[in-house]
Amino acid sequence: MKSDNDILIDELASKEYEAGFITNIESETFPKGLNEDVIRALSEKKGEPAFMTEYRLSAYKKWLEMEEPNWALLKYEKPDFQEISYYSAPKNLPKFNSLDEVDPELIETFNKLGIPLEEQKMLAGVAVDVVFDSASVHTTFRKELHKLGIIFCSISEAIREHPALVQQYLSSVVPVGDNFYAALNSAVFSDGSFAYIPKGVRCPVELSTYFRINQGNTGQFERTLIVADEGSYVSYLEGCTAPQRDENQLHAAVVEIVALKGAEVKYSTVQNWYPGDKEGKGGIYNFVTKRGLCKGDYSKISWTQVETGSAVTWKYPSTILKGDYSIAEFYSVAVTKNHQQADTGTKMIHLGKNTKSTIISKGISMGKSNNTYRGLVKINPKAENARNFSQCDSLLIGDKCGAHTFPYIDVDNPSATVEHEATTSKIAEDQIFYLNQRGLDTENAVSLIVNGFAKEVLNQLPMEFAVEAQKLLALSMEGSVG
Amino acid sequence: MLSIKNLKATIEGNEILKGINLEIKPGEVHAIMGPNGSGKSTLASVLAGREIFEVTEGEILFNGKNLLEMAPEERAREGLFLAFQYPVEIPGVSITNFLKAALEEIRKHRGLVPLKGAEFLKYMNEKKAMVELNENLAGRAVNVGFSGGEKKKNEIFQMAMLEPKLSILDETDSGLDIDALRIVANGVNKLKSKDNATIVITHYQRLLDYIVPDVVHVLYKGRIVKSGGKELALELEEKGYDWIKKENVDA
Repeated sequence: MKSDNDILIDELASKEYEAGFITNIESETFPKGLNEDVIRALSEKKGEPAFMTEYRLSAYKKWLEMEEPNWALLKYEKPDFQEISYYSAPKNLPKFNSLDEVDPELIETFNKLGIPLEEQKMLAGVAVDVVFDSASVHTTFRKELHKLGIIFCSISEAIREHPALVQQYLSSVVPVGDNFYAALNSAVFSDGSFAYIPKGVRCPVELSTYFRINQGNTGQFERTLIVADEGSYVSYLEGCTAPQRDENQLHAAVVEIVALKGAEVKYSTVQNWYPGDKEGKGGIYNFVTKRGLCKGDYSKISWTQVETGSAVTWKYPSTILKGDYSIAEFYSVAVTKNHQQADTGTKMIHLGKNTKSTIISKGISMGKSNNTYRGLVKINPKAENARNFSQCDSLLIGDKCGAHTFPYIDVDNPSATVEHEATTSKIAEDQIFYLNQRGLDTENAVSLIVNGFAKEVLNQLPMEFAVEAQKLLALSMEGSVG
Repeated sequence: MLSIKNLKATIEGNEILKGINLEIKPGEVHAIMGPNGSGKSTLASVLAGREIFEVTEGEILFNGKNLLEMAPEERAREGLFLAFQYPVEIPGVSITNFLKAALEEIRKHRGLVPLKGAEFLKYMNEKKAMVELNENLAGRAVNVGFSGGEKKKNEIFQMAMLEPKLSILDETDSGLDIDALRIVANGVNKLKSKDNATIVITHYQRLLDYIVPDVVHVLYKGRIVKSGGKELALELEEKGYDWIKKENVDA
């Protein structure tokens, strides 16, 4: 006999791609520029309570005093923050009238990934003439989650409907003045997601933006807050494998995760923002602050990311291991090609006793790209018996790309065990020849080798996401050899 | 099946093959013997299409097609299989995934649809049994952490999976103990049919006790200097390669 949850899962699986999107209501956009009035107006437009307006203003004041950091191994043109419009009512204005007008290479990629036609249109910014009736799926889905007491909605809605929860946890992990881009995000974030899993509840489905209502365009300053109450479990998926285009060049998101006593949060990302053309023009800058707090004893946070997109990626999903016996993991695959740049890694801050962290990072560089792993393992004086294992592997394809590893280790407690392993390898000619000799062409051979290299990370992804990510890696290899 | 005419090949300007002629018909087993450095492995590499070797003269027809015009993967899909002397390690890639991808390409070339998951596993188990592969290699990464014997057995297993028309065993016997040697040879013998052919490259006569050749060739300084029946191998074993060297002082 199937449980309600099983039935729900089946239904969702079969309807996944029916879940469409709701298009435009009306278009209303603020003039470009940023000042206190803009922030007040933004907060008012969104119908936020007074504490949020204050929150945004205090972040803005901190931001004004900060300078854009430049320590990363990245080269890019600094954005002009007065040239951005900070509020745009939900809208989805088409850029093209039909798929015929879209870059054929992009369409080919969509087809290879097996993305349904209607979704292709949405991703490419084409006018959608059929509006799917997604209401039924969402209603069933939300009703089921509601029964379990799980809250999963847009952060705007959460601010209005669950202000106490938001006020308690927002910026409890990433303070408003944490860094330049986090401060900016706190001041002006447009929308994002909120999830709360109550005590002892195991969320029966993977929470993902696929299932969010009317959340097509969250804008360039996305905000996510996930709170897992005592003894709960949730797996959250972010992003999608299809190459997403966006007219906003700068994306500065903030993600916060709180895991209370005995709770476990698994956060998986597949990031494939438009990386720009072969010369690197027009790609997205992805500057993200992601941090989790293992607040309670025996809590666990696990980050998994597959990063193939964006012109510039700058992110370090990190975890503060505050609770005793808490566990943190970071699994990452970052692929760079052409002129892409990625400076990514993690921070593991051990505060509690008997805490344990694992870092597995796989960087793959091709073309003229640069791929940097930057990580910090910090063991505080009171973190007795803390353990960390880090493994950073780099794979180079071609001889014009770069791989860099900066592991910072800071140990203030003599009982700690910290292990770090790093390797750099090139795909060997005889590996390719061996696979050629078994009938695989060179592109397939490289893709197989790369998927093997990244396997430990891909294995961490939920099943269907892992299959998509493998296809994505294979696609990223196209034209990389020859 | 295979017709080699006046094949010359160089590596970094040094001529290694100096005019090879060889005819192989379906159903035949040819052994190529010779002292170290005579060009045995080079011949295998050139047949498989390794790019570091440059073919400067001659032609190779494989089932009537010009082999030298084909990329290595096309040769493989046409049914040419090389059991490597030193199989490379490919970390993280499971043998199952690797063979599934390879078989898919080869079947596609033959106009066959890919085997479904369960069919593939069944097929794989049949082939495993055929070549007496008892170890659970299937779940492991290709050649990673394999012993010398396991690597060679794995090559024969791949050969069984891909059902080639022409198999070239490049010193498959080197580094094998007698039990492993017998298992490998049994595998090769079971795969033999009237439609396929095998080239056994070896330094020692020992392997030829198990895989009995129709023709034995002696390769010396880039040329085939002697051909004969299986008794030639025994004669070589008895007299040693010095015998060949003496006969070919002028070569």
